[in-house]
Amino acid sequence: MKKLLASIGIVAAAGILLTACTGTGQENAGTVDKKTDLTYAVVTHSGPGDAFWDRVKSGAEQAGKDYGAKINYNSDPDPAKQSQLIDNAVAQKVDGIVVSMANPDGVEASVKKAVAAGIPVVTINSGIERSKEFGAITHVGQSETVAGEEVGKKLKEEGWKNALCVIQEAGNVGLEERCKATASTFGGTLANLQVDGTNDADVKATIKSKLQADPTIDGVLTLGGQYAIDAVGAVDESGSKAKVATFDLSEDVVSNIESGKIVFAVDQQPYVQGFLGVTALYLKSINGNDIGGGQPVYSGPAFVTKENAAQVAKFAKQGTR
Amino acid sequence: MTTTDLVTVANRRSLDRSRLKRLFTRPEIGALVAAIAVLVFFSVYTGQFFSLPGAGVWLESASTFGIMAVAVALLMIGGEFDLSSGVMTGFTALIVGVLTTHYGLNIWVAVVIALIVALGVGALNGYLVMKTGLPSFIVTLGTFFVLAGIDLALTKVITGQVSIQGMTQVPLYDSIQPVFGSSVEIGGGNFYVSVLWWVAVTVVATWVLLRTRAGNWIFAVGGAQTAARQIGVPVLKTKIGLFMTTAGAGWLVGMISLFRTSTVQANTGVGQEFIYIICAVVGGCLLTGGFGSAIGAALGALIYGMTFQGITFAQWDTNWLRTFLGAMLLGAVFLNHWVRIRAGGGSR
Repeated sequence: MKKLLASIGIVAAAGILLTACTGTGQENAGTVDKKTDLTYAVVTHSGPGDAFWDRVKSGAEQAGKDYGAKINYNSDPDPAKQSQLIDNAVAQKVDGIVVSMANPDGVEASVKKAVAAGIPVVTINSGIERSKEFGAITHVGQSETVAGEEVGKKLKEEGWKNALCVIQEAGNVGLEERCKATASTFGGTLANLQVDGTNDADVKATIKSKLQADPTIDGVLTLGGQYAIDAVGAVDESGSKAKVATFDLSEDVVSNIESGKIVFAVDQQPYVQGFLGVTALYLKSINGNDIGGGQPVYSGPAFVTKENAAQVAKFAKQGTR
Repeated sequence: MTTTDLVTVANRRSLDRSRLKRLFTRPEIGALVAAIAVLVFFSVYTGQFFSLPGAGVWLESASTFGIMAVAVALLMIGGEFDLSSGVMTGFTALIVGVLTTHYGLNIWVAVVIALIVALGVGALNGYLVMKTGLPSFIVTLGTFFVLAGIDLALTKVITGQVSIQGMTQVPLYDSIQPVFGSSVEIGGGNFYVSVLWWVAVTVVATWVLLRTRAGNWIFAVGGAQTAARQIGVPVLKTKIGLFMTTAGAGWLVGMISLFRTSTVQANTGVGQEFIYIICAVVGGCLLTGGFGSAIGAALGALIYGMTFQGITFAQWDTNWLRTFLGAMLLGAVFLNHWVRIRAGGGSR
């Protein structure tokens, strides 16, 4: 009997000890819920020093700041290297990855590997068609086709007949798609012009010589904010009557819209892509949410014309639009 | 006695040096010390760098640079540069991509055709350099631009796009993919077959340099071309062979890239040529030719790959990436230089 009592005593003591341990466990669970140590990787296909991607980065970093998460932004235009950066994030066991897929085939293996490793992935900007197939939660971006078609209609309204579509990055499928989609609703002639986007002086010179060579060109469509400025310069210097319109914004583009040198800009709102990309991951981390319902979340297109330029100017100045 | 030793003997007063000092006068020793320094730095500074998943990432990153750097090092020892080596990686992959996805050619045949074309371009580079007597820097700059233009223009004209899509649907893709693009998982890390290619290329190059007659010729044509010709070294053959070697390495890296990602873009490889040269120089090659090592170049690429990925592991603001990279590389070169002077007492 004594023995029995003793063993009951031991069991009870063990029970108390165990309870004590469980108590600490509870507290731990509480700390995890606060999610103070979240790290997200943002891996894009941007080259260094690109104004557009700087806005994506700003958006992602602002979201990180707001949510108290650490953001690692990395980029490389070569899909093989971009894949390595994704692998790198997986090796670091980040809590989520935001990835842009200019060349989806190129990053397919790495994105799928990240998903298989249980890391939530959100795609942004490009790769909308393949996002779901690769296992991403959702895609935040603009459909190049939808945006291009809208631009084509708008250019037709503006009365353009023979225009250039300036491609600043050889090998970017998304840019090619924009020109193609624009041409499909444009009605007039839209000739692609390949320029070296890392060299603005060269971009300007190339557009200028094209305008001089063919005086019937009445419009220049650029695919990035800074190239619109190059185009405006080229039009001025060549004495051509051509108008300029552009994809994507910058502070200078907005002021040129206000002064009438650029007809309009179509903004896919890169800041939104960075911010919402991180937001989607954050919601997944803290609450298990999948946003988008299996569909992409559209960040644009938003048109900036003379009418609303003043409004946008304020934000463009901060480098967020 | 190895060829490097022979060169050392010829160039320096090192006969009386101790065995240990002789070891330290080898071109790759500085790179080895620098590589260990970089490895230790990032291993201590970051949590995941020194782990199997981490090593998988930086080894893969270093491997493609390494294959090219070794070939470029041979060429530099032979006294020449090849600026078309970067674009060659994209060029060969595009050949395979276009021939298979657009013309439906058997993928194995396409890969062999790409190799033959690459070797042809390499031979042309060598022939032009030797026949015109112009610096290879200029000749291969020309080839570089010609190939970059062809990459963009022909790909666009033939496929209507600027990148190859749908490679995985090509018949027999799965039969050739493992040769260049497969990976094995070890302890949660992915290790690509490109690392094995890198090791193989380094071993073969080192053997050729140090143990064969061709190796002697390479050192000779780079160190003193006229003297080499006078003592009967086949200069033309050696140099053309070297240009073909870099072009062949470009093909190998092109295939690795193509089958790793199942795509290639018209701008793939452009701008990479200088990284190969940097790796070779960090690895102890002299810009003036006649001195250097294949193992050193492989180590140079390892330093580059570790630094490149290490910066990401360290979670530093990547706007500064190039600055960090440049400072790290300078540091590696200084360390390399210091070690060699300290140990060798030479003034190189």
